[in-house]
Amino acid sequence: MRPKRLGFTILHRAAILAYIAFALFPLFWLLKVSITPNDLLYGEGVRMWPSRSTFDHYVFVLEHSDFPLFFRNSLIVSLSTAFIVTALASIAGYALSRFAFRGKFWIVGLMLLTQMFPLVMLIAPIFKILSPLGLTNSLTGLIIVYVAFNVPFATFLMQSFFDGIPKDLEEAAMIDGATRFKAFRQIILPLTLPGIAATLGFVFTAAWSELLFALMLISGVDASTFPVGLLSFVSKFSVDFGQMMAAGVLALIPACLFFFFIQRYLVQGLTAGAVKG
Amino acid sequence: MASIDIAAIRKAYGSTHVLHGVDLTIKDGEFVVLVGPSGCGKSTLLRMIAGLEDISSGEIRIGGRRVNDLDPKDRDIAMVFQSYALYPHMTVAENMSYSLRLRKTAKDKISTAIAGAGAKLGLGALMERRPKALSGGQRQRVAMGRAIVRAPKAFLFDEPLSNLDARLREQMRGEIKKLHQDLGATSIYVTHDQIEAMTLADRIVAMNAGIVQQVGSPLDLYDRPANLFVAGFMGSPAMNMFAGTYRNSGGAPRVELAEGVAVPVGEGIAAADGAKVTLGIRPEHVVVTRGGGPGIQAFIDLVEPTGFGTILHASAFGSDVKAFSLERGLATRGDTVSVAFPVDRIHLFDHEHGARIG
Repeated sequence: MRPKRLGFTILHRAAILAYIAFALFPLFWLLKVSITPNDLLYGEGVRMWPSRSTFDHYVFVLEHSDFPLFFRNSLIVSLSTAFIVTALASIAGYALSRFAFRGKFWIVGLMLLTQMFPLVMLIAPIFKILSPLGLTNSLTGLIIVYVAFNVPFATFLMQSFFDGIPKDLEEAAMIDGATRFKAFRQIILPLTLPGIAATLGFVFTAAWSELLFALMLISGVDASTFPVGLLSFVSKFSVDFGQMMAAGVLALIPACLFFFFIQRYLVQGLTAGAVKG
Repeated sequence: MASIDIAAIRKAYGSTHVLHGVDLTIKDGEFVVLVGPSGCGKSTLLRMIAGLEDISSGEIRIGGRRVNDLDPKDRDIAMVFQSYALYPHMTVAENMSYSLRLRKTAKDKISTAIAGAGAKLGLGALMERRPKALSGGQRQRVAMGRAIVRAPKAFLFDEPLSNLDARLREQMRGEIKKLHQDLGATSIYVTHDQIEAMTLADRIVAMNAGIVQQVGSPLDLYDRPANLFVAGFMGSPAMNMFAGTYRNSGGAPRVELAEGVAVPVGEGIAAADGAKVTLGIRPEHVVVTRGGGPGIQAFIDLVEPTGFGTILHASAFGSDVKAFSLERGLATRGDTVSVAFPVDRIHLFDHEHGARIG
């Protein structure tokens, strides 16, 4: 390798490393603070690693706080939202990708419109709508709101995946004797697994970390999700950073697990070889 | 197996008309090729027979049964796509058995059918592979295998060889023909390649701009093209065409071309004295003689040896005259030769409408 090329390679790798370090540093700090004993948190100044580490914060969060309940609520809300949205978005995305129908232009336009203004504007009307229905302070209400907000984007996402699958495949299946729905289920859906995984992951994360609506629609501890729960570490007089960070680390686990299970589909290019490559 | 009747079929997308009333009867066991340039409506017609496109008006019958409103799955036809359209997540065996599994065929019958089709197409060793692990020719064979396991009423082919390289295309063309001779299945084959059309078809349907131009046996279309379009489309190198004026007064019937050149033509031409006509002659029928032989004087501009023969481009009476000769070294660039158009090889077309007049 010539020195010039070597130089470029080193520069290239260094740039990537710098980017990764920059992106992951907050996570590292989260971890660091979560294992730093309270007495060292302010006493040691800014250090990359505390001189003494402890799991006390984790023990407290798991045993003496409502966090297990918040986790359960968040899991229910996020998983339900992810699955409902993905199912709806798959069907709608398929229709938008394959069919020409009256009003399609306006439906797409309306869906885009919902993505254009800040959600804060909608809090009051949504509260007004959900309140008489008894859907405030309930996980069901939260799921409905999250589904409504995530369906448009997820539909566009799924549509782009369907667009990437040649029409010939379902036509071949229909000639082979399948109904359109069977062709969709047996031929097209299996090929869209990477897209479905991406959509599931995207919606799950969005619902998992959503704070605004959870904060406004939920008031009791019973129906709180974990982002709301995190705020309970902020009291009038102090912020318990150690416990808050420990809860944050714990909250990362489900999201990581979820991506671990779907990453196989995320990276898989199943359509290779379907048509002439 | 079944016959297919197409009556007054039209197709329009909004105000765009793609097919302008097609009538065609395909006999049981016949191999019919729809040929024409891209956009002529041949694929649309095939997809309407398959049930993948709605019929704007007219009627299609398969085996005597009206299928206009039947879903593709109920028409009992098989189709081979240009892209092969193999299911990427299924093995070769699963691809071929999919239609049978949908019909809930017994397991042992399925394996017999697949083994039979696999043996016929030489796919035996590839049964457990996925499409992406196959070469282009193998994928093409799997697509054919998927069609034949079912023994459908008819086979539809939508430019199935267009994605293959020239050599493989020639080989698969032979295999398709052999397969048709074995199975005797009613087949409709769409292509823009006139060689495929000529070699495969029992009958060719030449189409242009949504209208059937001529229906007939391959040699019929080649020897007696019904109009200028068919004359120009069939054959490679393409037919020579020269504009001229028909004369039958004051001597034998002849066509006057540019620069005072007159070419004698046969009797019984359906044209009046002085009518504008187009004279056509295939390059292989142009007689080229070295030196001052009988005929029209011409200069050789370009010589294209193909190995099999030689294509000569000569300029005469202000036009480019193509000639094809099996003889090598007949002339080189810059030579003066004489070209002659034998009377019995000349095609005459009406200048305005392009219809054959003699």
